[in-house]
Amino acid sequence: MIKAILVFNNSAKPRLIKFFEHYPEEIQQQIVRETYQLVSKRSENVCNFLEGGSIIGGNDYRLIYRHYATLYFIFCVDSSESELGILDLIQVFVETLDKCFENVCELDLIFHIDKVHYILQEICLGGMVLETNLNEIVSRFDEQSKLEKQEAGISAAPTKAMTALKEMNLPQKLKDMKLSDLNLNLRF
Amino acid sequence: MAMSTTMDQVVKRAKDSFGQMFDKSLHDLVRGIRNHKDNEAKYINEAIDEIKQELKQDNISMKANAVNKLTYLQMLGYDISWSAFNIIEVMSSNKFTFKRIGYLAASQCFHEGTDVLMLTTNMIRKDLSSSSMYESAVAMSGLSCFINADLARDLANDIMTLMTSTKPYIRKRAVLLLYKVFLNNPDALKPAFPRLKEKLEDPDPGVQAAAVNVICELARRNPKNYLALAPIFFRLMTTSTNNWVLIKIIKLFGALTPLEPRLGKKLIEPLTNLIHSTSAMSLLYECINTVVAVLVSISSGLPNHNASIQLCVQKLRILIEDSDQNLKYLGLLAMSKILQTHPKSVQAHNDLIMQCLDDKDESIRLRALDLLSGMVSKKNLMDIVRKLMIHMDKSEGSHYRDELLSKIIEICSQSDYQHITNFEWYISILVELTRLEGTKHGNLIARQMLDVAVRVESIRPFACNQMAILLANAHVFIIGSSSTTVAEVLYAAAWICGEFCSYLKEPQKTLESILNTKIILFPGHIQSVYYQNILKIITYLIQSSDNDEILAKQLVTMTIDKMSIFLSSGDVEAQERASITLHILKTVLKLIEKSEFNVNELSALFDGVLNPVAAKAQRKVAIPNGLDLDAWINDPPSESEDESVTTDSRHDNSGFFYGKHEENYSSNSYSNETSNYQQPRNYVEPTTDELEKQRESRKQSENMNPFYLKDSKKTKLTQKHETSIDHSNGNESMPSTPDKGTIPANLQISLSDQLYRQSKIDEENRRLKKKSKSDGGSSKKGKKSSKKSDIAAIDENEDDIYPTVQVTRGGELPEGVTESGHEDNDDDIGSGRNKKYDPHRALNIDFNEKPIQATYTPPPSQLKEPSKKLVETPPVSVEKVKKSKKKKTIENQIEPSTSKSKHKRERSDYKDLGSPADDDDKHVLQSAVAAPSPTPAPVSAASPVIEEKPKKKKIKEKKSISKTAIPDANDSASLLLDIMSDDIHPINQSNQQYNEQDSYKLAAQTDNLIIEYLITPNSSTAELDVTFLLKNQTSSIIDHIDIHVIDSMSSKLLNTTSANRISFTTISLFPRSQNYIHIYFAINAISFSQNLKTTLSYTINGSNKNEKDSIEFKLNLPCSQYLRKKPMNSNAFADLMSSGTLTCQSHIDIPLSNQDFVSRIKTICQSYRLTIVEQINAAASLYAETILGQPIAFLLKSTNSQTNISVDGKSTETHFLSNLMEEIKTSLK
Repeated sequence: MIKAILVFNNSAKPRLIKFFEHYPEEIQQQIVRETYQLVSKRSENVCNFLEGGSIIGGNDYRLIYRHYATLYFIFCVDSSESELGILDLIQVFVETLDKCFENVCELDLIFHIDKVHYILQEICLGGMVLETNLNEIVSRFDEQSKLEKQEAGISAAPTKAMTALKEMNLPQKLKDMKLSDLNLNLRF
Repeated sequence: MAMSTTMDQVVKRAKDSFGQMFDKSLHDLVRGIRNHKDNEAKYINEAIDEIKQELKQDNISMKANAVNKLTYLQMLGYDISWSAFNIIEVMSSNKFTFKRIGYLAASQCFHEGTDVLMLTTNMIRKDLSSSSMYESAVAMSGLSCFINADLARDLANDIMTLMTSTKPYIRKRAVLLLYKVFLNNPDALKPAFPRLKEKLEDPDPGVQAAAVNVICELARRNPKNYLALAPIFFRLMTTSTNNWVLIKIIKLFGALTPLEPRLGKKLIEPLTNLIHSTSAMSLLYECINTVVAVLVSISSGLPNHNASIQLCVQKLRILIEDSDQNLKYLGLLAMSKILQTHPKSVQAHNDLIMQCLDDKDESIRLRALDLLSGMVSKKNLMDIVRKLMIHMDKSEGSHYRDELLSKIIEICSQSDYQHITNFEWYISILVELTRLEGTKHGNLIARQMLDVAVRVESIRPFACNQMAILLANAHVFIIGSSSTTVAEVLYAAAWICGEFCSYLKEPQKTLESILNTKIILFPGHIQSVYYQNILKIITYLIQSSDNDEILAKQLVTMTIDKMSIFLSSGDVEAQERASITLHILKTVLKLIEKSEFNVNELSALFDGVLNPVAAKAQRKVAIPNGLDLDAWINDPPSESEDESVTTDSRHDNSGFFYGKHEENYSSNSYSNETSNYQQPRNYVEPTTDELEKQRESRKQSENMNPFYLKDSKKTKLTQKHETSIDHSNGNESMPSTPDKGTIPANLQISLSDQLYRQSKIDEENRRLKKKSKSDGGSSKKGKKSSKKSDIAAIDENEDDIYPTVQVTRGGELPEGVTESGHEDNDDDIGSGRNKKYDPHRALNIDFNEKPIQATYTPPPSQLKEPSKKLVETPPVSVEKVKKSKKKKTIENQIEPSTSKSKHKRERSDYKDLGSPADDDDKHVLQSAVAAPSPTPAPVSAASPVIEEKPKKKKIKEKKSISKTAIPDANDSASLLLDIMSDDIHPINQSNQQYNEQDSYKLAAQTDNLIIEYLITPNSSTAELDVTFLLKNQTSSIIDHIDIHVIDSMSSKLLNTTSANRISFTTISLFPRSQNYIHIYFAINAISFSQNLKTTLSYTINGSNKNEKDSIEFKLNLPCSQYLRKKPMNSNAFADLMSSGTLTCQSHIDIPLSNQDFVSRIKTICQSYRLTIVEQINAAASLYAETILGQPIAFLLKSTNSQTNISVDGKSTETHFLSNLMEEIKTSLK
């Protein structure tokens, strides 16, 4: 079983937190901090396994992590998972992100945390591995994005237009609107 | 057309961006947070306020957007549970986009305690069954995170339905989700299991993988319930190509093999093939792990298991040598598992592991450290420790250093210092370790010092003087930081110097250095030891000075002078000890002045030798007869004290009585008490009121009493203040205090190194010497060169060149008890699971249990266990054998790993017990039966059996292993344990004992299947348990076993699944393996033996097609099987015989057939479950009971001819008796 999946950057800022067992928010943050403490002081050429010890779960649990550029991907798993298998899974996860975001970088995770979650939902469910085939994951994710776009095209637009009309304060809003907003939105 | 689409896009974009102007999108929020780095919290709080506004709107898209932002804030650590209801609103939207946002938020912040969850049941049910598979999948993903017991109960059926969906995408999610359902609602497991099992053979590999995943999770916690699935997994393992699935299955097998060694044997081959063939490292690694687990569980007896171990070790070596640190790490991890059972194989790779100690990666070094304990030998211990000491100097981080420290101590002290040849070196290493900054292991070092000094007599002079150096430099430990516990070593140092002060070179100097230390700065227990040992040293000094009064006086005066400071110790016990010591010294001084002092009076205080005490000694102290530890000393307090009126009146009534007591208290005189003692007293527990009163009066008397120490803090404080000033003054005036932190460091380092070099030189010398000696002789091993090798030398290549140091091993135990390794077992059980609540315990469900059997307690199983015989031999003899055996093993010390040697020891014990005829199992059994006490007392109760359990298992293993060596399966079949059939029944040992001698009889045989059977009567009800042993002769798996028995007038098949039929759906037979099934008959008449027509049908799962087949045979239930053992004492037997109720009589003569009378009777008793009531010379009375409860009595007499035994039977059942007698006669002819 996978107990938790954490992604944080080199300065301990969380970019994805997924616990498959409930922990209150402050404990979650504490776990992130402690895990960061453990992981960040390790040099690049050491093994990717850590005994989790007291952080989550106890002796049966291990932290398996990979470090990509600015991000740490950490899976906390118990002894029923294969260490090397999970390392592969992290690779699959990152490659999927790379494919879905086209050259993924930290910013993609920052601004599209929801999508990262949706991708993760294709990979595991309730702490168990669901799918490890990269293409399958990507195509399922794309199909759902398509579904979302369809809905946005058909119905979201009118409702949004309605809201726009309801709260008309155009001149001010137009001033606030930044060009970059538009640009970024054009990507979708 | 093209025009219109571009127009549409433009409009949409405009709309999108307009929309975002009014409600801040997630994107804006994130950017906002990034732009407000300085006051992030404030910004987020504002954002949350905005979100709250947005959530109040009716617009669902706005709400969804707000919830999406909340999900982000949750990640940053903000509690968003207040929005639970809004999240549900968004979840219930009929748009996929919003639904997904809602479910994501729910999955991040809902948990089983979220109260709004109860509102969601129907919504989730609708979503699960949505026509859009993505909606259904989203619901399942969410549900997997926040499912609780209610949802699990209500939605279990919906999820089960999804398992049959046509879309694999849905099916695999449903299968995985099912596991969460089981965790939250264990009742769902049983009904859902058949369908889950089907999914193991789902056409879609993804669904299959999911099912494997779930069953592996289930089986990991409760492996025994899933043994029956082993054949399916076995097939999957040999057919599947999905590495994920393979890894899971192989891991699962690793958990199953300890329960079923036969499974392990089957696994070795395919696993070895995989090891050879696979290119995936992950798979290779798991294969090795499981092979190791298999080899551990079957431990020996496999023909080429050495080859397998070698293969594993070789592959692991490749992993460890790999440049990939991950492989290196895992390789070491797996290596440590092999080390536990096959240390020799690992030792061959000593070089590699030592190399890993130098690795830059701490995790790898730690793993290599784990392996070290198996690596050390007399030869390399010093080198290894030296290396570790160097590491310790170099390393940063106290964790790793502490780890190193405890490892050094562990490898040095393992198996009672087996590897240490030079204890002086070891002591100096310990002393060096005390200089480790900030270590947490001060206690450990201290205990080692004490242990070595106590156990190794020859080291005491050296140890004492080393400790004296430590004491002289005690101030170094005072200035250490508070987090370290190094000061603990002073505890050891002070004690050793005191206890063994005769070895001190300059005891007076040591005494002075102790007295000049600021002892009161140490923890209390160290102070106490100091004070106690000051007295010991003084005693020694006076004693060794031949009662030189001047010296004595001078010493005592000086000590009294210094000791007075210590009276102000903050620790009560230390203060008390200081005070006692001081007063003893003052008395001594008085006596010296009067010239009446005799040093022997003082030395008597410390007379005698302190020996090590075994850890279990306390537990071994027998509770004296008549002492009931659980009994109340006083009567328990009465419960009815809330009735105030009655208590009041009682108080009044007994006022006189208690008044007396109070007097006693207040006057503090015990003379009154003793005079009262004679009078009859009525002990009544005082009521609360009375207690209060007593307390009050006690307080008063305390206040009045001038000798009572009150907690008057003020006075004490000032006192303390004064003394501390005194103290510091005194300190300044102490000229002998050495400068802080100068001496010890350099001096010590060179010491251990010196010793190290010296011993290396010695070793070399001895080697040369030996060589020159053996040049004269022939073999290198031929002669022992060492001077004091009075203990048997170790047979390792060059070990005899090391001097042997006498070490006192073990420890003292109370008289008449021996140490045994077993009683710890109870404590160990469940130690791994100290979690608050383990849902997996609830999932421990036996799938083979039939619904009917749920109410019906199945009769005991008839496992054939020769080990049972051991129970009957008096336990004392077992212990004795063990003890002597143990001694031997300790002397031999062949196995470096303690666990291993223990294991061996036990096994060889059994050999000893069975040794009269080890080659003939049956013979052993008989001789073992014949051995016990001649009184026919039935072996009583369960307790001895429980104690013997671990042994039992061992024997089982041994037997099953020995079976592989003997091709004749028939004989040993009965010895095999019924594990594969998972049909676990409560073991009723009394029944087992009756049946030990029985063996399975052949019922029917075809080319495919051999059926043997064994009948056992139920010990309490009129039922027979028939156990079939099915042996699969084919190379395919046999399952779908059905048994059909036509009921007769007097017997009826129980637990049928349909009329006269029982289906064993969960039992499968491996190729060439065997399994047990049980059927039960209710019996209502016993007069005649019966032949029941029985049909057993089964399916052979061939490679391409399944083949159904059936075997018909007659199941014979003879009269003798209606008897069950019933112990009876001779008085009751005499009553029965004289009562005249046993009207039916029958007589036969049976031949002795070259046995003596006694053993013949034993055989008869065994075969017919009879109990000996009385036995006098050549006559014996036997008794049994039919399963309907009628008595059967026999009188056996040796006839004059000495070739026959005459048997007279009496019973209430004429037909039964005569049939039984006939049966006995024919079978014993």
